[in-house]
Parts: sequence; structure tokens; C-alpha cells
Amino acid sequence: MEQPRNMLQKKQSWRNTVEAFIPKFLLICALLSVFTTVGIILTLLFETAGFFEKVPFLDYITGTTWTALFSGDQQKFGVLPLISGTLLVTVGAAVVAVPIGLGSAIYLSEYAPERVRQIIKPILEILAGIPTIVYGFFAITLVTPFLRSFIPQLNFFNALSASIVVGIMIIPMIASLSEDAMRSVPKNIREAAYGLGATKLEVVLKIVVPAALSGIVSSFVLALSRAIGETMIVTIAAGSNPTFTFDPTSTIQTMTGFMVQAAMGDITYESLSYKAIYAVGMTLFLFTFVMNMLAQYISRRFKEEY
Amino acid sequence: MSAEKTLSKEHTNQQTSSSLRNHSHSSSQVQRRRGWNYLFHALFLLATLVGIIVLAFLLFDIVKRGWSWLTPDFFENFASRLPSRSGFKAAIWGSLWMIGVTAPLTFILGVSTAIYLEEYSKKNWLSRFIQLNISNLAGVPSIVYGILGLTLFVRILGLGSSVLAGSLTMTLLVLPIVIVASRESIASVPSILKQASYAMGASRWQTIRHVVLPYALPGVLTGTILALSRAIGETAPLIMVGAVTFVAFTPENLFSPFTVMPIQIYQWIGLPRIEFQQLAAAGIIVLLIVLLTMNAIAILLRNKFQR
Repeated sequence: MEQPRNMLQKKQSWRNTVEAFIPKFLLICALLSVFTTVGIILTLLFETAGFFEKVPFLDYITGTTWTALFSGDQQKFGVLPLISGTLLVTVGAAVVAVPIGLGSAIYLSEYAPERVRQIIKPILEILAGIPTIVYGFFAITLVTPFLRSFIPQLNFFNALSASIVVGIMIIPMIASLSEDAMRSVPKNIREAAYGLGATKLEVVLKIVVPAALSGIVSSFVLALSRAIGETMIVTIAAGSNPTFTFDPTSTIQTMTGFMVQAAMGDITYESLSYKAIYAVGMTLFLFTFVMNMLAQYISRRFKEEY
Repeated sequence: MSAEKTLSKEHTNQQTSSSLRNHSHSSSQVQRRRGWNYLFHALFLLATLVGIIVLAFLLFDIVKRGWSWLTPDFFENFASRLPSRSGFKAAIWGSLWMIGVTAPLTFILGVSTAIYLEEYSKKNWLSRFIQLNISNLAGVPSIVYGILGLTLFVRILGLGSSVLAGSLTMTLLVLPIVIVASRESIASVPSILKQASYAMGASRWQTIRHVVLPYALPGVLTGTILALSRAIGETAPLIMVGAVTFVAFTPENLFSPFTVMPIQIYQWIGLPRIEFQQLAAAGIIVLLIVLLTMNAIAILLRNKFQR
């Protein structure tokens, strides 16, 4: 009888070891996400600090010439051209994506019969899953030539084509997040409005959209933050000529576009051009971070509770 | 739709009986309101169709351009200065190597994090902090992960621009997707199943291992597949990490230099000759077939096991 009891005890103690070990292992995995954030912030901060030892901060945020990859005296680090390029593309993308995304969200949530919905939703998912490199190809082989047949003075690399395609890229994001927000508006509020004789459009505009507004606006902010960080479409279609302009027909460069151009070139790890990648990366990170926080704040603070 | 129609009819009737004088006026007002509704119904439908039309154009154009280049040579050749001798082999193998490393890492790390957050963590500041972190990480632009990979894996850990450095960067990038999907799936396990397991004397980990995970597995796998399809299509972070564009070999081990499908496509797009544009289109066809297959598997898994 001695033997089995021993074995049982052994099994029991093994089991206890496992039970004690597993949560620790899982916690370490979970903490990895914290380390990732810390890692991102530290790497950006460290090299950015090195950058600002050489380049005055004020020159960086007010300068209108960006020639980071030049050498010697011609090297200028005014970030405004990159920011204006990024904003130009983002605003253009918003003009395309906000009405279309919201329109599809309203259609899918309020008008579409269930069968149509079940066909369109997967198509939007496919559109959302297409790699940005493919959108870049689409921009340069179809959209740009198409636009140039209307606007002859359009540069081959231009902000307009890039912003239209970035807009198309973020449509599914706005559509699906806004649709989720609208579908969570309770049925009985809609029915009360129908009971008063409202048409479907009136229910949409006066009941559903106001009730879901926090979710809808936060979907806009999230999608635009995505547009700011979008890289391949703008690198391929918008060009690599940092210009401080708000003319969409011109060739520009975005923050992300500069980072790719610099990484593709031959620059040494200690050079100022290399550190400029981090300064621009930090600027980009701050833009998207603030927008993501704003989106979370809007969806929490202005949420209508029923 | 039908409810609304009858409602507006009743509305008109009511007004007819109550006031004959206003009848023609009110009825035209109702008509106008319904007219607006029809107009906007059409506009909303049109907005929805934009996405579908764009997708159709995009696919048609790419297939038209690239189809004739999809020959056996295309899969056998490496990068070359001559379009006729250029191929996708190095890129395909590079993508396979990268996914081979990224897949197990994201799966283990993602599921472990999800189990911790759903089953072990108490509702304290630490778990809230971890959650806040994950939702923020999901919004960080992919190129910023590239900078992290360049600094941490390529330089500090000295891995160089290798398969391993690229895969680790990709793992960090897609981890939030797996975590969010796995958490949802684990949270949907009915608590009666867990109670039954505990009642039989099973420990916490035994319950997770034999009850929670098998039940949540389809959802977890769907999330992992979607995350990996994101990883296959990503270009920018690997450019930052320094994946090379002109590669004439397949990776030999984790420390080999490498290229992946999107980067090879990017290089072809940048070359002036029209044949390279067609090669890029052919590469895109291969990439999209891989991604659509993965998406289809994910959707099938979801539908088959949806409870």
C-alpha cells in the first residue's frame, strides 16, 4: 500500500508545481506587450534626444525645408514639409472615406436586407485585408493615369492620387466600426420614431446617428490615425519630394515616406540622417498616439447609455 | 420597410379625416419626406457599392496585367535585371521562413496573454494597464514597429537584417490581433463547463487545458490566421529592419538575409520598364491567392465551429 500513496503524493506535488508555475509564465507573456510599448518609446526617445543635440528643436518644428539626406551645409531639418504632406494625404483620405464609409455603414445597418448584408460584409472584409502594397500598385497604375486624363497638369507622383487610395483603404474600417455602433442602438427607440410616422431617413438622421455618434466619430478618428501612419501607398504614389504645400496636385513626401526612403538608402548608424528617422518616427508616433487616445476618450466620454 | 409604409399610410389617413382643408398640403409633405428617403436609400447603396466596384476593378486589372507572367519559371527564378529571367522564388521562400517563425511565436505568446487576462488576472491596476497597452499597441503604425525592430533586434541584439530579426518584429506587430481575438473566444466559453470541470476535482490549469482551450480553439485559430495574413502582406516594417530587395538565394537559416513577397513587389513597382510592372502584378496575384486562401480557411473555421 506504501507504493501507490507515494506515487499519488508525487503526482500531487507535480500538479502543485505546475499550478504555481503556469500563472507566472502567462504573466510574463502578458507583460511582453508592456515591454513592447516601453521599447518603442525608449528607442524613439534615445535617438531623438541625440538628434536634438545637433538640431535645435525650434528649427525642427518651424523649418520649411527638409533635406535630411543631403550632406554638409545643404542638410536642413525643418519638418513642416513632411507634416503638411502627411496632413494633405490624410485630409484627402477623409474627404473620400468619411461620406462613403458612413453611407455604407448606414446602408448595412438600417436599409440592407439580411441577405444583401451577408454578401457585402465579407467583401468589405476582403477589402480590409488587401495589403497596402497592392493599393499602392493600384494607385500608380490605375488611379494616377485616370486622374491625369482629367487634370493634365497633374504630376505623375502626386498627393491627390495617394489620398484617394488611402481613403479607399480606410473605408472598410469606418464602415464596419460605425455599423457596429449603429447596430447597438436599441430597437425600441427606432420603433418609437416609426410610431410617430418618421420615414427611415428621419429615423437614421434624427435617432440612430445621434445615438451612435460617439462610436461613429471615434471610428473616424481611428481611421484617420491609420491614414497618418500608412506607408506604402504614399511612398509609391505621392513621391519623395518634401514640399511645404497644400496643393494636392504636387509631388510631396509624408513622414512615413521619408522613413522608407532613408531606410532604403545607404546611411550609417551614427549619422544625423539616421537619427532624423527616429525624430520623424517620434513625431509620427505622437500624432497617432494622441489620435488613438482621443478616439478612446470620445467613445467613452460621449457614449449614450440605454 | 413594410411597417414604415403602413405607418406613413395611417399617418396620411389620420390627417385626411381630421382636416380636409390641409389634406393636399400634408400629403405632398409626406410625399416629399418619402422622396428624400428614397433618394438617400439610393445614395447609401451607392456608397456601399463603391467598395465592391473598386475591388472588382483592382482584381481585374491586376489579373489582366500579370496573368501571362505566371509561368513555372516565375516560381523557379530569382531576382534579375532582365524581366524575362526575374522570378519570385527568393520572395516566396523568405515569406515562408518568416511565417514559419512568426506563427508559433504569435500563437504561444498571444494565447498565453489572453489566458492570463481572462482566467488568472484579478481586476487590478496591472491588468488594466496591460489591457490599455494592448489596445494602444494595436494603433501604432507598422513602420514604428519597424524602427523598434531595427534598434532592438538588428542592432542591440546584433541579429543583423536576418530572417529572425524580421520575424520577431512581425511577431510584436501582429500580437495584439491574436490577443484580442483569443480573449473574445476564451471569454465566450460557458461557465457551466468550467464549473463542471472544477466539480470533478480538476485544478485551474487542468480546466483551462482540457475544457477552456479546446472550446476556444476555433476562435483562437481564426484570430491567428488573420494575424498571419496581416504579417504576410506587411512591407514597411521589414524595409526598416533591412530586408533586402535584390536577393538571388533562398534563406539557409534564421540568420540569413532575406526578402519577402511584398518587398519584391515593391522593388518591381519602382523599376521603369513595363515588364516589371507586369511582374509586380504577377507577384500580387500570388500574394492575393495566399491571403484569400488563408481568409477563406479562417471564415470556414469560424462558421464550422460557431456555437
